[in-house]
Amino acid sequence: MAMPESLYYLIQQLLNGLTVGSTYALIAIGYTMVYGIIGMINFAHGEVYMIGSYIAFIVIAALAMFGIESVPVMIVAAFAISMMVTSAYGYSIERVAYRPLRGGNRLIPLISAIGMSIFLQNLVRIAQGSRDIAMPTMISGGIDIGPQDGFHATLSYMQMIIFAVTLITMTLLTLFISRSRMGRACRACAEDLKMTNLLGINTNAVIALTFVIGAALAAVAGVLLGMYYGVINPYIGFMAGLKAFTAAVLGGIGSIPGAVLGGLLLGVTEAITAGYFSTEYKDVVAFGLLILILLFRPSGILGRPEVEKV
Amino acid sequence: MSRPLLDVSGLTMRFGGLLAVDGVHLSVQPGQIVSMIGPNGAGKTTVFNCLTGFYKPSGGKIVFDGREIQGMPGFKVARRGMIRTFQHVRLFKEMTVVENLLVAQHQHMNTNLLAGLFKTPGYRRSEQEAMERAAYWLDRVELREFANRPANTLAYGQQRRLEIARCMVTQPKLLMLDEPAAGLNPKETDDLKALISELRDEHQITVLLIEHDMKLVMSISDHIVVINQGRPLAAGTPDEIKQNPDVIKAYLGET
Amino acid sequence: MIRSNLKPAVISAVVVAILTGLLLGVRLDQQGTTLGLVGAGPDVYWKIAAAATFLFFFNLFRDQLGALWKGLPGLPKAPAKLTSLGDKPALRRLFWCFMIAAAILWPFLSNRGGTDLGTLVLIYVMLGLGLNIVVGLAGLLDLGYVGFYAVGAYGYALMAMYFDVGFWTGLIIAGCLAALFGFLLGFPVLRLRGDYLAIVTLGFGEIIRILLNNMTWLTNGPNGIGGIPKPTLFGLEFSRRASEGMQTFHEFVGISYNSEHRVIFLYLLALLLVLITLFVINRLLRMPIGRAWEALREDEIACRALGINPTAVKLGAFTIGASFAGFAGCFFAARQGFISPESFTFIESAIILAIVVLGGMGSQIGVILAAIIMTILPEMAREFDEYRMLLFGLMMVLMMIWRPQGLLPMSRPHMELRT
Repeated sequence: MAMPESLYYLIQQLLNGLTVGSTYALIAIGYTMVYGIIGMINFAHGEVYMIGSYIAFIVIAALAMFGIESVPVMIVAAFAISMMVTSAYGYSIERVAYRPLRGGNRLIPLISAIGMSIFLQNLVRIAQGSRDIAMPTMISGGIDIGPQDGFHATLSYMQMIIFAVTLITMTLLTLFISRSRMGRACRACAEDLKMTNLLGINTNAVIALTFVIGAALAAVAGVLLGMYYGVINPYIGFMAGLKAFTAAVLGGIGSIPGAVLGGLLLGVTEAITAGYFSTEYKDVVAFGLLILILLFRPSGILGRPEVEKV
Repeated sequence: MSRPLLDVSGLTMRFGGLLAVDGVHLSVQPGQIVSMIGPNGAGKTTVFNCLTGFYKPSGGKIVFDGREIQGMPGFKVARRGMIRTFQHVRLFKEMTVVENLLVAQHQHMNTNLLAGLFKTPGYRRSEQEAMERAAYWLDRVELREFANRPANTLAYGQQRRLEIARCMVTQPKLLMLDEPAAGLNPKETDDLKALISELRDEHQITVLLIEHDMKLVMSISDHIVVINQGRPLAAGTPDEIKQNPDVIKAYLGET
Repeated sequence: MIRSNLKPAVISAVVVAILTGLLLGVRLDQQGTTLGLVGAGPDVYWKIAAAATFLFFFNLFRDQLGALWKGLPGLPKAPAKLTSLGDKPALRRLFWCFMIAAAILWPFLSNRGGTDLGTLVLIYVMLGLGLNIVVGLAGLLDLGYVGFYAVGAYGYALMAMYFDVGFWTGLIIAGCLAALFGFLLGFPVLRLRGDYLAIVTLGFGEIIRILLNNMTWLTNGPNGIGGIPKPTLFGLEFSRRASEGMQTFHEFVGISYNSEHRVIFLYLLALLLVLITLFVINRLLRMPIGRAWEALREDEIACRALGINPTAVKLGAFTIGASFAGFAGCFFAARQGFISPESFTFIESAIILAIVVLGGMGSQIGVILAAIIMTILPEMAREFDEYRMLLFGLMMVLMMIWRPQGLLPMSRPHMELRT
């Protein structure tokens, strides 16, 4: 039975959308976890993702200069070092820009976060230049879906890696949160920060850990998207951060499964818009979606509605 | 009996699986002082929140001044003349005492932007009237000398009085006070009692009260409603309530 | 004491090394398709080492430093003169008169460059004052303010291009158009909680920019719109030769043409717009809506219980704030003669927000001061241009930690009850 071309086109868009969507989900988790615990939007999170991409490029370039050409080694090293560096960033950002401001007016940490975001973006711009940096494709090829001779969809190996890594990361995170002592403390903090503190749990450590985990996940996304697109510049963090935040709100901010669902949904929506209408307007559709969701379901798809305390 | 100012029937409020208020009836005649009493956590404040539009009740009917108001947003309910206070003082702390009273008159004032920008005569008159009403009520609650001080510099008892004045400048039909005597000393409580009676007698204000101070409740109320675990337990005059075995049991505990 | 601090000291030094080592220590170097690395140079290494050493010793002697810090006299709360100024209406009035007089005289005392810079400052003052209504007075964090600025600028440019609308008509229409956009956006989103509002407005600003970039048939896309007509004075043009049916200023007054006249005229026009803005805001503050803004910022629930519709009051702030951005945008378009979407990026919103934050949320004199600092500093220190945005981000963070109420916190005019 021959399937129509349009179906393969749709499959291709869905695959592309799910690929980008799963990296949105990885970044969105950082937003959602921080929001769940201290109720603030970590505006600088997108920049952490961008830094993750840069570190990955630097590591890969360094290994290539030392003559190490093995792709698995390069990728593993990029992940490890990038996650380590961004973890340090996540920790430092919280320590410097947010911890002194905890409690009090919610706008103040948000403005501080915007300042942090501008600072980091320009730090990278000054250190690494504002030009696009491109990396040769490391992993090419893929599996064709559909007829070889006609129009078909392709699931590239890179996309498969993205799916696999996202899946593994999510599983590890879920296990960590549901099984470990620290994970339990995280959940307790999300429920009631003050009470958890009174019970003798070091909430400062939990909050710092949340930032570190979020930053490490952003680094994973940074490495994956960096290799997938092959091009980075210091400004990619802004848009990616905004998209990931949209994903977090879409799924219900504070909820980790919600962030994943929101990320995938946003990725697919964008891919469909780009594939059927116009690439230029995919960002407009993404923000339009954000506004609509906030209007009709402010708590998101999986979020709990908030009861106002009178 | 004339038409009640407030008539609540079958009021129900559910939070998830918890039934916080279950079938509460309440009827307030114009000019009455009605008290709602009950043990802590009985759902009295939840009833207040439902009446004043802060919660959307899950069921039941609320008729205020001849109109059904259940589900109406809080500010609209307030504009119909149902004005409340809160368990905790909620003044605009950084604003001065007199400004607190001016803000409260927002709905009655000339808020036309152009009128204000060009200070039309109508606008000036509206400001003038608001200022006079504020001055009148400051005299009534004996806070005139503090008029230009930030509200948070007042003593606790004065802040409580300012809250009542702030309600009164809105020219309400029904004044709802949530534990107004909490934290007051005996002298202040007596003053409060006198003030509430005066409001009713001189300004024809109807009052709905949540209060734990039984002496105050028994001496001032025309009618008392007792709520226990979200359900109406008893209703009647103070004397009837004092004799009611269910009420005594609820207050002393089941054991 | 010191021994217990040794561990955090070492950790902080190591963290600095991790943060900066790779990201700042080496530089990606693209040669064709191959990606290489070059070292960043010894000065960067020295800086990294210095930062790590500093943090090491800072954390090591943290307790001693803390004691020393306490011993120092506290920072001045706010310039004492300015605080007392707010208390005496006569002095206050005198101060403002002096400020206005100085502002009027400025173009005649300065050169052309100075006047131009003054006009730029005034545009930012106007934007800052407008955003101050939204952020400082109503407490709504609007990160897409530049969107309304763009609406005003493009509104005028397009109307001039397609319908031959003059500056003064354009100014009013641009203000109304921006207000309309503010109303339409605000109506649904103002019910949202504060931080959601920030992100939604940010998204709105981006949508406007993307639309301007892509609706090429209307806006000419990234190439922008040129030839936008300059403002006129009662129909008098400030050009060498009058266009058809018009008269020029120098012919009318009977002096020879001097291009500086136009620069001065633009400056004075901007000053007039700023003064109108100041007047309007001062009136608003004393009006019911101004009081409601402050009340709403303090306690929204109490406001609702008193019959104030929070959405309507916020919408008022949002719409009025947007209309000032529209006026500023129209003036900007007329002054530049050319606009493109590039002038309306998020960074512009952030700069305006920084002016409000630096000045002290809600304070007008603070906003003016901050606009002057933010515009003139980068002009004076051209060699720091590279680091401008970096320092600017840092300043926002430090400001929030050190002085979240801004340089000159607001002293709102309080209503007095005369006894």
